[in-house]
Amino acid sequence: MGAFEAFMLTVIAAATPLLLAAVGELVTERSGVLNLGVEGMMTAGAVAAFATAQLTASPWLGVLAGLAAGMALSLVFAVLVLTLAANQVATGLALTLLGLGLSGLLGAGFVGLPGERLPKLEVAGLSDLPLVGPLLFGHDALVYASFALTIAVWWFLFHTRAGLVLRAVGVNHDAAHAQGLPVIAVRYGAVLFGGALAGLAGAYLSLSYTPQWIENMTAGRGWIALALVVFATWRPGRALAGAYLFGAVWILGLHAQALGVGLPSQLLSALPYLVTIIALVVISRNRTLTLTNTPASLGQPFVPDR
Amino acid sequence: MIVLRKRPAPSPLWRWLAPLLALALAVAAGALLFALMGHDPLQSLYVYFIEPLTSAWSLSELVVKATPLVLIGVGLAICYRANVWNIGAEGQLIAGAIAGSAIPVLLPGWNDPTALIAMLLLGALGGAAWAAVPAFLKTRFNANEILTSLMLVYVAGLLLDWLVRGPWRDPGGFNFPKTVSFEGWHVMPVLTGRVHIGAVLAVLAVLALWFVMARGRAGFAVRTVGAAPRAAMFGGFSEARVVWGVFLLSGALAGLAGIAEVAGSIGQLQPSISPGYGFTAIIVAFLGRLSPPAVLFAGLLLALTYLGGEAAQLALNISDKVAQAFQGLLLFFILAADTLVHYRITFRHRLSAGEGA
Repeated sequence: MGAFEAFMLTVIAAATPLLLAAVGELVTERSGVLNLGVEGMMTAGAVAAFATAQLTASPWLGVLAGLAAGMALSLVFAVLVLTLAANQVATGLALTLLGLGLSGLLGAGFVGLPGERLPKLEVAGLSDLPLVGPLLFGHDALVYASFALTIAVWWFLFHTRAGLVLRAVGVNHDAAHAQGLPVIAVRYGAVLFGGALAGLAGAYLSLSYTPQWIENMTAGRGWIALALVVFATWRPGRALAGAYLFGAVWILGLHAQALGVGLPSQLLSALPYLVTIIALVVISRNRTLTLTNTPASLGQPFVPDR
Repeated sequence: MIVLRKRPAPSPLWRWLAPLLALALAVAAGALLFALMGHDPLQSLYVYFIEPLTSAWSLSELVVKATPLVLIGVGLAICYRANVWNIGAEGQLIAGAIAGSAIPVLLPGWNDPTALIAMLLLGALGGAAWAAVPAFLKTRFNANEILTSLMLVYVAGLLLDWLVRGPWRDPGGFNFPKTVSFEGWHVMPVLTGRVHIGAVLAVLAVLALWFVMARGRAGFAVRTVGAAPRAAMFGGFSEARVVWGVFLLSGALAGLAGIAEVAGSIGQLQPSISPGYGFTAIIVAFLGRLSPPAVLFAGLLLALTYLGGEAAQLALNISDKVAQAFQGLLLFFILAADTLVHYRITFRHRLSAGEGA
């Protein structure tokens, strides 16, 4: 395998958790709810997936546990912001703090243990093809799932009636309510979907990216996924492109450190965060682009009159 | 099902009761958490919440930990009042600590009271400069301040890491990643125990901001922009100026907390200088209902959760992450209880289809 293929494989690995979390949050935000707890749900997913896989020796049960943990946290968030009309920004922050704290607490006994790894799906013969072989085949199931989910979300949002309802709720919840659309129920669904995907992203980190549990192993990826949604102007295809762009930046920093390019390693480690800021600025400065794409009810609490 | 009805005006009774209810619920949830981990819940609660208050040493430690929480929390309270979401105070704390430490590291010979004053000023400036970035990006490019201020936390942490392992490392420090130990007037004067004058600065900051928010025109502008941005615009208040103002203020206070931590409790720069005070201060601001005098008490309470976490680690052999988990739970219950201030909650059975909605 050449150097280029090796580089691309690591980019795919770095992009997958970003893509999963961003696509989930994209659906949540399209319904008009801003869940800033992605980092917390991802961490909870990572520790639940690792612990379950470790105890049952089944990485698949681990994936399920990660998904369930992300969903469970997002349900708590949903009850607060949807049923109790709590402030979405503050509640999302609380979710991140709670997720990080609980994960550290429950994961304390698992630090440093060797973990189960998700199996790679090899296709006999095809994985050995030059260039396309290693790039297209031989990844684990979550990599393929991230692509399938991105396409499914795109098709759902823009080509189904249910997707239209979800977007309508996000654009104007009062009008949607007046039309008889179940605003709160739609939002519950969207928040839980976002939680499930953030949990999956965490499971990918602790079962495939680095198959072990390390405290704070998400390293800000949840926040970068949130920025990715803005960067993608709430469109799944652009989220895919953005995730691979950010994944490539993350890996470039690591490779440059390994090559010893003479820059301090800390500066290279800071690259993903700096690039995130630059990407946000580039997109946000174009006000028509953001105004026409931002779900208009984003972050607003909805309390029906009666 | 639960139905919310908006109150005509926020309930003054619940305004006081809500934080207490939240605290009670969080303690109950904490007891449940201890029980699930196989510990006697009552004894654990005693170890966590009461024991730290029974000795002079731990009371002084309580004030030491409350100092940065109050300094940062009071600034964030003003920020959130204006609906400006600075969540990068942890990064501003680190930037302030770095800026203030420039004097002991680069000019060790300048060691008199003016050096300490300069350190504190530099600390506040460093924090404000770090906070100026998200303020600029928001007002100039409309970039979301939540995400930019948070990204800068990671950048500040890496900058500190580079300094203490690289150019600022103590040449006589056996290669440990830390700067020279601060001495003489590079250290905050001590009041009693480990309590340093940072505690006085925290109280002064609370009093000053209480006065400004209650009486000053600036306080009125902050509240108006936060509550009704359009009205504020017609009233002649500039939203951009408020964004700049609250960011610089909260950044400066976080930077001050950073240099006070380094020159007060730690005594040198090292790779990690804060157990997440900048994030915990978010909870302090909310528990204090975004009002300066209440932030003082909220800061002491959250400081107790850190002490309790350490005590639980020693006495019950639980990870000190229990503090972070408890803090997260507390913030959840604060936000949930806040609903009672603004809404009347009624329960009713699911409507039958004929009744309509």
